[in-house]
Amino acid sequence: MQPQRTEIETEIPVDHSGLNTYTMNLGPQHPAAHGVLRLILELDGEVVERADPHIGLLHRGTEKLIEHKTYLQALPYFDRLDYVSPMNQEHCFALAVEKLLGITAPPRAQAIRVLFCELTRILNHILNITTFALDIGAITPALWGFEEREKGMEFYDRVCGARLHANYVRPGGVLYDLPDGLTADLARWVEGFPKFLNDLDSLLTDNRIFKQRTVDIGVVSAQEAISRGFSGPMLRGSGVAWDLRKSQPYDGYEKYDFDIPVGKTGDCYARYLVRMEEMRQSLSIMKQVLDSLPTGPVKSDDFKISPPPRAEMKRSMEALIHHFKLFTEGYHVPAGETYTAVEAPKGEFGVYLVSDGTNRPWRCRIRAPGFAHLQAMDFMSKGHMLADTVAIIGSMDVVFGEIDR
Amino acid sequence: MSDTPPTDDPTPPPETPLEALARHIRQAFPDAILGHEIAHGELSLNVRRPAIVEILRFLRDDPECLFEMLADLCGVDYPERAERFEVAYNLLSLRKNMRVRVKVSTDETTPVPSVTGIFSGAGWYEREAWDMYGILFDGNPDLRRILTDYGFEGHPQRKDFPLSGFVELRYDESLKRVAYEPVQLTQDYRTFDNLSPWEGMTTMQLPGDEKATKPPHGWRSPVIPAKAGTGS
Repeated sequence: MQPQRTEIETEIPVDHSGLNTYTMNLGPQHPAAHGVLRLILELDGEVVERADPHIGLLHRGTEKLIEHKTYLQALPYFDRLDYVSPMNQEHCFALAVEKLLGITAPPRAQAIRVLFCELTRILNHILNITTFALDIGAITPALWGFEEREKGMEFYDRVCGARLHANYVRPGGVLYDLPDGLTADLARWVEGFPKFLNDLDSLLTDNRIFKQRTVDIGVVSAQEAISRGFSGPMLRGSGVAWDLRKSQPYDGYEKYDFDIPVGKTGDCYARYLVRMEEMRQSLSIMKQVLDSLPTGPVKSDDFKISPPPRAEMKRSMEALIHHFKLFTEGYHVPAGETYTAVEAPKGEFGVYLVSDGTNRPWRCRIRAPGFAHLQAMDFMSKGHMLADTVAIIGSMDVVFGEIDR
Repeated sequence: MSDTPPTDDPTPPPETPLEALARHIRQAFPDAILGHEIAHGELSLNVRRPAIVEILRFLRDDPECLFEMLADLCGVDYPERAERFEVAYNLLSLRKNMRVRVKVSTDETTPVPSVTGIFSGAGWYEREAWDMYGILFDGNPDLRRILTDYGFEGHPQRKDFPLSGFVELRYDESLKRVAYEPVQLTQDYRTFDNLSPWEGMTTMQLPGDEKATKPPHGWRSPVIPAKAGTGS
């Protein structure tokens, strides 16, 4: 067997002249494309010379649609951007509107938002890590992870009635208070989740195949990461200690004690490790929120902004009028503009909101972290093997809902 | 932070970091910066179009700015203005933990100098602004459309572009391909602005409507199962 193999290898001449490149189309329907990525690859043998991502296959014109909706109607569109971390994006829009309105959410609402944002971060990272592992050959993490993810989404379901498209965070607070028993169940889940994390750890972290596929693949230096607008685990994986929850805290993140994991090597493996540790930190935040959950209202008591309680609408004429006006005309947001960003699971998710003083945004620009990351695809995959592009896409954590908008 | 104290205050308040930054930048570019505004704790600079590259390079490299990351670049359309488009650059300084927004205006035919030479991540953002608004960027090496369909015509986020678009597509069984057709709505697109013409008074106090004055604690009502409403 052995001599035969060497013979075959010597028979195929490797062409390094650069004239022999060919173009390959990857996607848009490809399991490793994480949605609808169409990647035009120029290959020299198996080495990627150039990668040209074609995006926009999921473009729905969200920003344009939002310009035609009231502020309240615009909110559900944010669930449909990055559909694996819906609440973080609603949160960003709510914060932007609150900033223009000059209001803040009550403490309990802020704590609930943080609680669910961190839950979402964990769910997002489960999805990313397990499908990333699936792309490069490990099936078990996906099977285990999705079970755990489903448990997490049940909490979504219980708090807002939907597993995915929550529409729960509102300017001025959140829609409903937590149902009875939810905090106890969440605490139990938080208690039990590290076991799953340890299992995942044991499956992947020291796995030889996983490391061979990720270590030294798609290395990005800190300087490059900053210049290319990376954020989130992509930036921290390259050794930049930057997290908006720490540096520009919003909704009470400064009250919680957590660490920002930072990678050393800037490769796919470092980004995986950062995400793993972020889940543990998120669990710690969730635990702290559950321990210190304040009581009180969960939405602004200004009925010009948040709807009055239903019981009151049966009695009070004014409450009824408020309700009617809110759900037809909506509220008017004072003219002004703001760029508000939150640390979404994938990185800095920003909303540049321009209000002209009416009940609709004049412009609602959505800054999606994945857009900047995918832009660097050409830079990151150049000189790598074809199979490594899949690992790089996986480690970028791309979701086309937010990239194509 | 958003409330700026009156200027005739006898003791002027100490300069905030954003005000200091604005002053620093304006000193460096006395002519190129048309104005600045600090609102909601954010600094926004209006800048002459030809100087944008120079200013962004200064903002990136100056030791007091160090805005090394272009967080976002986007277009905004104001059809009533002489130069209808605005390009907003949202910059982030990781070391100073500050943000700044730089804005230039342009029209359909005048290109904006590309900043791809300063921020390597600017390319796609400029492509998107071109695709959505038709804003030209001079010096962008790859100014193709990015989000819209292959062969798309028009710039969909302009305010004069209809929400429903011009073409719709479907898979045609007989042609065995996707067929493009003009949009046909079974009923006209209806838009409700709900802005009541007799009451669009969001800031004005109507005479005789004093009871609508917002109480200092907001429009709250007593406890939820109260007997009566908010004293109406």
